[in-house]
Amino acid sequence: MIKIENITKSFGDKLVINHISGVFEKGKPNLIIGASGTGKSVLLKSIVGLMKPDIGEVFYDGRNFYGSDRDTKIEIRRELGMLFQGGALFDSKNVEKNVMFPLDVLTKMSLAEKQERVNFCLQRVGLENVNSKMPSEISGGMKKRVGIARAIVNTPNYLFCDEPNSGLDPQTSIVIDDLIQDISEDLDITTIVVTHDMNSVMGIGERIMFIYKGEKLWEGTKNDITHSGVKELDDFVFANKVMNSLRGT
Amino acid sequence: MIRDIGQYFIFLRQVFINRETFITYYKLVLEECVSIGIGSLFLVALVSTFMGAVTTVQTAFNMVSSFIPDYVISQVVREMIVLELAPTIIAVIYAGKVGSSMASGLGTMRITEQIDALEVMGINSISYLVLPKIIASLMMYPMLVIIAGVCGILGGYLAGTLTGIVSPNDFVYGLRSSYNEFTITFALIKSFVFAFLVASISSYKGYNTKGGALEVGISSTQAVTTSVIAVLIADYLLAQLLLAQ
Repeated sequence: MIKIENITKSFGDKLVINHISGVFEKGKPNLIIGASGTGKSVLLKSIVGLMKPDIGEVFYDGRNFYGSDRDTKIEIRRELGMLFQGGALFDSKNVEKNVMFPLDVLTKMSLAEKQERVNFCLQRVGLENVNSKMPSEISGGMKKRVGIARAIVNTPNYLFCDEPNSGLDPQTSIVIDDLIQDISEDLDITTIVVTHDMNSVMGIGERIMFIYKGEKLWEGTKNDITHSGVKELDDFVFANKVMNSLRGT
Repeated sequence: MIRDIGQYFIFLRQVFINRETFITYYKLVLEECVSIGIGSLFLVALVSTFMGAVTTVQTAFNMVSSFIPDYVISQVVREMIVLELAPTIIAVIYAGKVGSSMASGLGTMRITEQIDALEVMGINSISYLVLPKIIASLMMYPMLVIIAGVCGILGGYLAGTLTGIVSPNDFVYGLRSSYNEFTITFALIKSFVFAFLVASISSYKGYNTKGGALEVGISSTQAVTTSVIAVLIADYLLAQLLLAQ
């Protein structure tokens, strides 16, 4: 479980995140949704420690990340896996080396053990016979899947996904969403997904936090989202023509 | 500018703390050595050979008095190549080739979130990415300077003897006469300092890239400019410290 308290972040005079608190439970994907530029990615980066918030605390199963010493921070970070918006695969390494990287640096596993684990993770995300391909030789959807394989290879306790469906076609998006949901359930880990894709919201949105102009305006599930009574959320949800056609049904 | 210098020293501190295991760096250093050393060998050899050749021809051109013996040409070539051209001019070329490559590589990693990926894994990205570059630079650049010195003198010998400016015997005699071995020590001290400056400044510029592809190019250019300025300032300071009577 991840708990955040009063996360506030500004860049110069611009307040990007304003006192956001919440709890992200394990076992199901927790979605942070909102329009572009509302501060979702900044909130995610504040949670994983890539951007230190001006005010606020982040607790990983009770461990205060920003209040911890360096060793504890590293220990927590080694329990994280993250899928970045563009995949963030290392250009100079092939698919196998990319997925194996956390094991190379963070574990003392033998090469055979590492290879077995890498192949298992690649199979888990539906990729086979791509071990020797370079990131530039695979599609955007495959990069995302390799990114997921790398994120889970060291059996994380917490998985973070920043816009996992950006730039992907609807079918591949569904595959990625299902994969994130299955992994969260199978590994029983705390997963936070940042997205503005309503297909994802309606597909895997068991727990949703809606951010508007840096503030948390609503929390709930996909079943409640269409009748939240929050105007800003309605504007966001029904901006999609398909969703709009379902309005009131 | 003072803020930038302060941030550079904070960056350097982070390079040397919270390091990963020795074996991790070992592989990375070897990879960087191949990239920096082997990758620069041809350019360094080519430039230094022509530098030596041109220095010989121009020195001969300026020797207008018949009272000055021919072997002085190779003495001048030796001193210029060893003291200045091999360590300093090659450092400028090194900054242009290796420094810009380091800055653009790290800048691209920054804008494509590869550095963030390392940080999320709990790896000290500065140390992991920059320390191998600095170590490899410290190992390879002095070797490149030695090769540049040899190629420069060889270039001077070929230009001098093949065109009849100076006889082979006079050239070799000039190389060996009034030889002060401290010039080699001085050149190697300079090469270690320049190697560190180019690698660390270029890495600092690349690592701190913000924005997109355009900013990567800007970082790369700044890396070369700043490295060259730092090399020239260090060149003067070292000459003042170690050679001034």
